[in-house]
Amino acid sequence: MILTEPVAPVTIETTVNGETVRAVVSPRQSLADFLRDDLGLTGTRIGCEHGVCGTCTVVFDGRTARSCLLLAVQADGATIETIEGATRSGRLASLQAAFRARSALQCGFCTAGVLLTAAEVIEEGVSDPTALRHALSGNLCRCTGYQAIVEAIAKVAAGTPHD
Amino acid sequence: MKPAPFEYRRADTREEALSLLAEHGEDAEILAGGQSLMPLLAMRLARPAMVIDINRIGGLAGVTEIEDGISVGALTRHREVARDALVARDAPVLAKAVPHIAHHGIRNRGTIGGALSLGDPAAEFPACAVAAGARLVLASAAGTRRIAAADYYLAPFETARGPEDLLVAAEFPADGRGAAVVEAAPRAGDYAIVGLVALARPSGARLRDVELVYFAAGERPNPAPAAAAILAAADDARAALAEAAEAARREVETIATPSASAAVRRHLVGALLGRAVAALFEGARP
Ligand SMILES: Cc1cc2nc3c(=O)[nH]c(=O)nc-3n(C[C@H](O)[C@H](O)[C@H](O)COP(=O)(O)OP(=O)(O)OC[C@H]3O[C@@H](n4cnc5c(N)ncnc54)[C@H](O)[C@@H]3O)c2cc1C
Ligand code: FES
Ligand code: FES
Repeated sequence: MILTEPVAPVTIETTVNGETVRAVVSPRQSLADFLRDDLGLTGTRIGCEHGVCGTCTVVFDGRTARSCLLLAVQADGATIETIEGATRSGRLASLQAAFRARSALQCGFCTAGVLLTAAEVIEEGVSDPTALRHALSGNLCRCTGYQAIVEAIAKVAAGTPHD
Repeated sequence: MKPAPFEYRRADTREEALSLLAEHGEDAEILAGGQSLMPLLAMRLARPAMVIDINRIGGLAGVTEIEDGISVGALTRHREVARDALVARDAPVLAKAVPHIAHHGIRNRGTIGGALSLGDPAAEFPACAVAAGARLVLASAAGTRRIAAADYYLAPFETARGPEDLLVAAEFPADGRGAAVVEAAPRAGDYAIVGLVALARPSGARLRDVELVYFAAGERPNPAPAAAAILAAADDARAALAEAAEAARREVETIATPSASAAVRRHLVGALLGRAVAALFEGARP
């Protein structure tokens, strides 16, 4: 059976960047579209919409996840942090400074996803450049060639962001 | 890349999920980690009338001890499988597989139940389950049954699961053998072109109790019992590698896909055996 009728929307209540949000969403709407189109949080980018590129990465209930692979309805009762919230809290400040210093971004399309992933990986204690490269294998960058990204993250992971 | 319309139901208990499946199973997809289902919906390769979200069901995640080993709950995320102490003790092959599965953020969400249910011939966990002699625990409104992993995978993306069944756990008999998971893939985290799960007990130059299961080579997890028997019978397993690799190339089905021809896969079947044997001896070093 294939549904052709529109499906009734669902009311959700979720916490986004510390604020409680009540919204009405369609069951098939992705979390990525909800954040961008309904909440105007356009720092979350949409690249591929099927889990391959990592640009839509957000923090969902405490761990990074691709927001194109989550439904907006799944946000009901969940806590979400986007690049906007993580920037405001200051927890990405040293990574952002290292990225600026090393020109670890060009167009910036991949950067939000890379920063959120890198922050989580560093928190887990990963610092070896090869391990960092593997940990970032799910975040595609079409501009930089990755070298500067890995260097910037490795500096922060080693606790020497200003070298 | 937007999914077609579907109705969304969140099951908060196992009973709720089973009754939804009993009524709508034919037209429904279960949503676990969503790391395979969501792309299938976005590309409209799956077009269910209903999506049943099982993420909030209590008691489906985590690893517990059972009489002969461990039971890994269907909602246990790949990341947790890699870090679990009971998995490390009784089914270390699962932890060895996780770094090969997808990427960091995907491992945060993807579940072992989803990976075992999808039946992707290129996936690591189904091959691990077959090699380790796991039992898949299926629940439905009619009751609970267990199926050996070896009997579960029928064809690509086709398993013995009925539309009304929920996979609740995979049971792994305690396995003290060394484990190696090796694969040829374009990049870290990509699906394998060919992969191999190997279990054995190294002792000196010998390998005992050898079990070999290939994945991504053919249309389902492919055991290679003849190659395993050659390795297990040899006084020096490394010296028997060429003969065992030849046997594996003969007995393992290899398919052609846009990413590799059957001949390339046949070559990799032999080459990976050498890497797996080296990893098994490496893992046994004090
Ligand atoms: C870019 C990318 C790369 C990937 N690379 C790999 C890889 O290298 N190796 C690999 O193995 N996987 C890979 N995956 C897939 C990933 O591992 C998935 O997490 C996994 O295959 C499915 O688990 P899930 O929990 O996300 O399941 P879902 O996507 O939620 O579900 C998958 C299927 O299983 C069914 N299902 C889920 N749970 C149950 C259950 N408890 N009972 C019955 N049916 C159920 C669903 O209805 C659906 O049909 C990749 C994914 C992406 C996006
Ligand atoms: S847009 Fe989500 S992974 Fe590419
Ligand atoms: S900076 Fe352009 S995609 Fe990474």
